[in-house]
Amino acid sequence: MFGGDPLLAGNVDLAVVLIVLGKVVVVFALLLIATQLMIWFERKVISDFQNRIGPNTAGPFGILQTLADGIKFFFKEDLVPERADRRVFVLAPLLAVVPAFLLFSIVPFGGDFSNGRDGSVELFGHTTYLQLADPAIGILFALAMSSVAVYGVMLAGWSSGSKYPLIGSVRASAQMISYEAALGLSVCAVVLTSGTLSTHGIVMSQAGSGWGFVPDWNLIATGFVPFVVFFLASQAELNRPPFDLVEAEQELVGSYHTEYSSIRFALFFVAEFMNSVTMAALVVTLFLGGPAGPALIGPGWLWGVIWFLVKVLVLLFVFVWIRGTVPRVRYDQLMDLGWKVLIPLSLGWLLLLATFWVARDQGWNGFVTIAIGGAIGLVGYLLLKAAVATSRARRLEGVVD
Amino acid sequence: MGYLGGFLVSLRQVGRKRRVTTQYPAEKAPKPARVHGRHVLNRYEDGMEKCIGCELCAGVCPARCIFVRGADNPVDEPVSPGERFGFVYEINYLRCIHCDLCVEACPTQAITESKMFEFSFTNREDAIYTKAELVVDDDGRPRQQPWEDWREGEDLLTSAWMRATSPSGSAAYEGVVGWNGELGYGVRAPEADQERKDAVSTPPTMIGEHDDHGHDGDDQHGHGAH
Repeated sequence: MFGGDPLLAGNVDLAVVLIVLGKVVVVFALLLIATQLMIWFERKVISDFQNRIGPNTAGPFGILQTLADGIKFFFKEDLVPERADRRVFVLAPLLAVVPAFLLFSIVPFGGDFSNGRDGSVELFGHTTYLQLADPAIGILFALAMSSVAVYGVMLAGWSSGSKYPLIGSVRASAQMISYEAALGLSVCAVVLTSGTLSTHGIVMSQAGSGWGFVPDWNLIATGFVPFVVFFLASQAELNRPPFDLVEAEQELVGSYHTEYSSIRFALFFVAEFMNSVTMAALVVTLFLGGPAGPALIGPGWLWGVIWFLVKVLVLLFVFVWIRGTVPRVRYDQLMDLGWKVLIPLSLGWLLLLATFWVARDQGWNGFVTIAIGGAIGLVGYLLLKAAVATSRARRLEGVVD
Repeated sequence: MGYLGGFLVSLRQVGRKRRVTTQYPAEKAPKPARVHGRHVLNRYEDGMEKCIGCELCAGVCPARCIFVRGADNPVDEPVSPGERFGFVYEINYLRCIHCDLCVEACPTQAITESKMFEFSFTNREDAIYTKAELVVDDDGRPRQQPWEDWREGEDLLTSAWMRATSPSGSAAYEGVVGWNGELGYGVRAPEADQERKDAVSTPPTMIGEHDDHGHDGDDQHGHGAH
């Protein structure tokens, strides 16, 4: 139940409990600070893209702007609409924030993976992993938590007692659910390659490098496609531009958080940016080797943390870069991309990967297997294309609405 | 590059020196010459108030923000040169839309607008300006309130609209003085070269060539020709 962490394998005494509590505090604080810095980073970088200055008043380079905003939110009047369902209205922002916090608990944010070590570190005489929890279900927990977050969005819109939040929340939940399928399928490819659900195990399988310099990442092992699919789907899952239809002001005012004010409104945004950080950390864990990397100088556990932070930072920059570049897609384009491109693509790729692994286990001729698999995949693609074309033609004829 | 080329466009902006941001409270974009700001009530050169309490401004005000009551001038100590004077004059700046119709309606050029529009209040009483705040001081300058953000030069051109307009609105009278004097300034000269601001009749090369009233000229338009 407690998974593979060697800390909990033996005798659980007071010191172990204290270490776990310490890790809880560290992860909590780390995530809060990271979220605060992420908001600042995003505003600063995006203003750089747009030839603006961005926050520059609170603290050096405006780094305390988020703190100032938070304090201001606390002192704003907290409105609950008269027609709102009070209890659910209060519950919804918490449903958005709590999964965002829990999600980070399975992310390995450090550890000594250099020279074939297993990522464990010594803390006060106990051997442990630098991650809060390493449950056997691992990455499934992440998918479960991001599904729970959909409830926060849905209930917020529903309980507001107002039409725009309702439309917005229906949109949001439809979007999140449809992209969760693509997300899950590309995670399957990773699980298939790494052979484990545990996040620590996934990182372990990516430690080391081929020929001394090509990192043994799932990005390469799964053949790039799951990475691209996961990346696009995560942007949609996070409701970030260009998939931020949920917050399309021109159409929906503020969508599900239209009726929210004060700190409850802020909670949705904290959750959103926290999810951005966590999603970047998940991409790093799944595809980019997590904290695994060579130790150049000094202690190995330090390099784990450094590699992790560098990778997450690069990804977050790419997140902001995408946001600063690509205009928002239309809703039908969003659904088209999800259902007609990402899901078939990741499903087909998953089947190909599975075929590949089975062929290796059974000792089949790899080349022939891949050729046959590719041919079947091509036929499937053409069938799908024909189906889409036919349905469009029928729609244009007016046969189907 | 096609679709991905857009990413380079945004990436190329990173670290550029040129920013479009104006650091607003610290520095301000130049204001147009005849921006509509907070009103002033003018006085004649001898210190008499121009307002005669006729209430035309109050009548024309679309926002109903002006309240005027006239009274007979005291015989021994007249406030204005005429028979009547503005006894009460109040403008509610929570309602004023700065349309300047009051300025156009005023028969004695008593009410004009300054360029200052950045002011705020902490209670609604302060938003109602009375004669104590509106009437110009003994130098002919607007009385600056502590909650108003006056910048250099904003109190100088309070009657710019008058001097920019030909008397009776006829182009034949352009440049002819058709207004009375002001306390502290006397009869102000007409604003020069108004016709050059007319984009239809002026070739673009002439725009911005002789910018003889400094900061309040068309700073936004004239960059190329300087």
